[in-house]
Amino acid sequence: MKNLYDVAKVIRSKNAGPFSITLDILFNSKSVYEAIKKANIITKGSIAQAYNLKEKDITELIYFDQALGIKITYNRQISSGTSGDRDVYGAQQHAPLMTFQFDETILINEVEL
Amino acid sequence: MNGMKMKPDAIVVDAGSTDAGPHKLGEGVSIVSKVAVKKDLSIIISNGIKSRIPIIIGSAGGAGAKVHVEWTLDIVYEILRENSIVAKLAIIYSDIDKEVVTQAIHNNRIFSMGSNIPSLTEDILSETNSIVAQMGHEPIIEALEKDVDIIVCGRAYDPSIFAAVGIHAGFEPGLSYHMGKVLECGALCAEPGTTKDCIMGTLYEDSFSVNALNPLRSCNVTSVAAHTFYEKENPCILHGPGFTLDLTECTFLQENEETVRIKGSRYIPDDNYKVKIEGARQRAYRTIVIGAIRDPILISRLQEIEDKVSYAVREYFNEIPEDEYTMNYYNYGINGVMGNQETQEFKGHEVCVLFEVLAKTQDLADTICSYMRSTFLHCDYEGRKTTAGNLAFPFAPSDISFGPVYEFCIYHLMQISDGKSLFPIIYKTYGKGELNEKPI
Repeated sequence: MKNLYDVAKVIRSKNAGPFSITLDILFNSKSVYEAIKKANIITKGSIAQAYNLKEKDITELIYFDQALGIKITYNRQISSGTSGDRDVYGAQQHAPLMTFQFDETILINEVEL
Repeated sequence: MNGMKMKPDAIVVDAGSTDAGPHKLGEGVSIVSKVAVKKDLSIIISNGIKSRIPIIIGSAGGAGAKVHVEWTLDIVYEILRENSIVAKLAIIYSDIDKEVVTQAIHNNRIFSMGSNIPSLTEDILSETNSIVAQMGHEPIIEALEKDVDIIVCGRAYDPSIFAAVGIHAGFEPGLSYHMGKVLECGALCAEPGTTKDCIMGTLYEDSFSVNALNPLRSCNVTSVAAHTFYEKENPCILHGPGFTLDLTECTFLQENEETVRIKGSRYIPDDNYKVKIEGARQRAYRTIVIGAIRDPILISRLQEIEDKVSYAVREYFNEIPEDEYTMNYYNYGINGVMGNQETQEFKGHEVCVLFEVLAKTQDLADTICSYMRSTFLHCDYEGRKTTAGNLAFPFAPSDISFGPVYEFCIYHLMQISDGKSLFPIIYKTYGKGELNEKPI
């Protein structure tokens, strides 16, 4: 098994405005991006589970092929920088994504194709 | 200085963001130091004026309200005075009168930006300290047409200040805006990324290119595409003042080792011009304590102890209505960063506990927090061996009066008649230490 951080170039989180957090996963290899996309590891269901969210709180989940990137945006429970918020910039919410696991054979299959 | 050798048509700097939270807008302060701003602006202003190219500062002072614009202007005047520079200035304000928003509420011209954002009511409006709107390129172009040297903008949509230069010079708005989006954080779109270096954008008839100016960095397809993603809900569809930017057909091409070229960005004007408005209100006063725990028995019973402490505080201050204050515990090491979204099990051997009290007055927050701290310090629990104290404080004194806590209570779209209607422009000439407020 491999972790997403083994193959992604960028895994990060940040505010998208004060009421949303957006997660970016970017690759620098088209074949790896395609393999991850095809393997369907990143779904609203898997994100909801990793982040203790309801699927309806995930407002966007987009594969942007030209940029070899995946973007997930979800509603904040507490808006940025007010009482109860724990991450004003939303910059440390990416960690659960890093350890998303997948079977490394999906990469080999993709390269063979 | 590498950028100046390429003879740019403008120097543009985005000074603002909502990222640091509502405090800047609510309190009317900046979060960067005057010394640092003066240092950067001195280089920008002296070189821009020498090369006779316009300097554009967007979202001045961080939040872009009048107080932030004035703070920035004071620094600009100081630099002009100290360097005996004569300059023509345009100042574009973006403050929105509450009456304008009230009218918009009555006329159903306020639109929600998300299901988790409370509706904008007149009650919320009355509690709001300061309201700004994000300007588009239109007022900035009007200032550029007057041939000014320095344009200081209140709150602006980050890419607009860059796009204005391109659109003013006759380039396609889609490419101009997409270029602005990539340039907005300086060299953050390069690799290794940083906001501390400049970046160069060049517009062509059918494309634009970006390249790093520091030889230690370069732009590549991933780094530039990454910045198109940056801080946006959706990477393909970007909404700005009065338009939508469609990047679904966009291509990113590595032109040479340093440069990436982008094509296919499309600007679609909206049928009804909407601007994003932002406002902050005060929620409470805060006092905090930072303490740490190393005792394994105590750590294993932490939740139970915290509940016990809160109960004891409520009981002791039973004359104070419960809704006048709240007590929070942030357990760093367990779930400090993610709170109830943390799914990983705790495996550590020490925990940092941050106590937070939010109350109607600073006095009350201080009072509750002090009692909360001492109660926790000596709180008994089952299996306790550490009868001398439950916390390691890193500082003396341990309690920190934090001041007011704000929240973004306005983050909505407001429909307006056109891109210039909300943003008055003032023209000034500054020379030899004197300010001439007459229009130029």
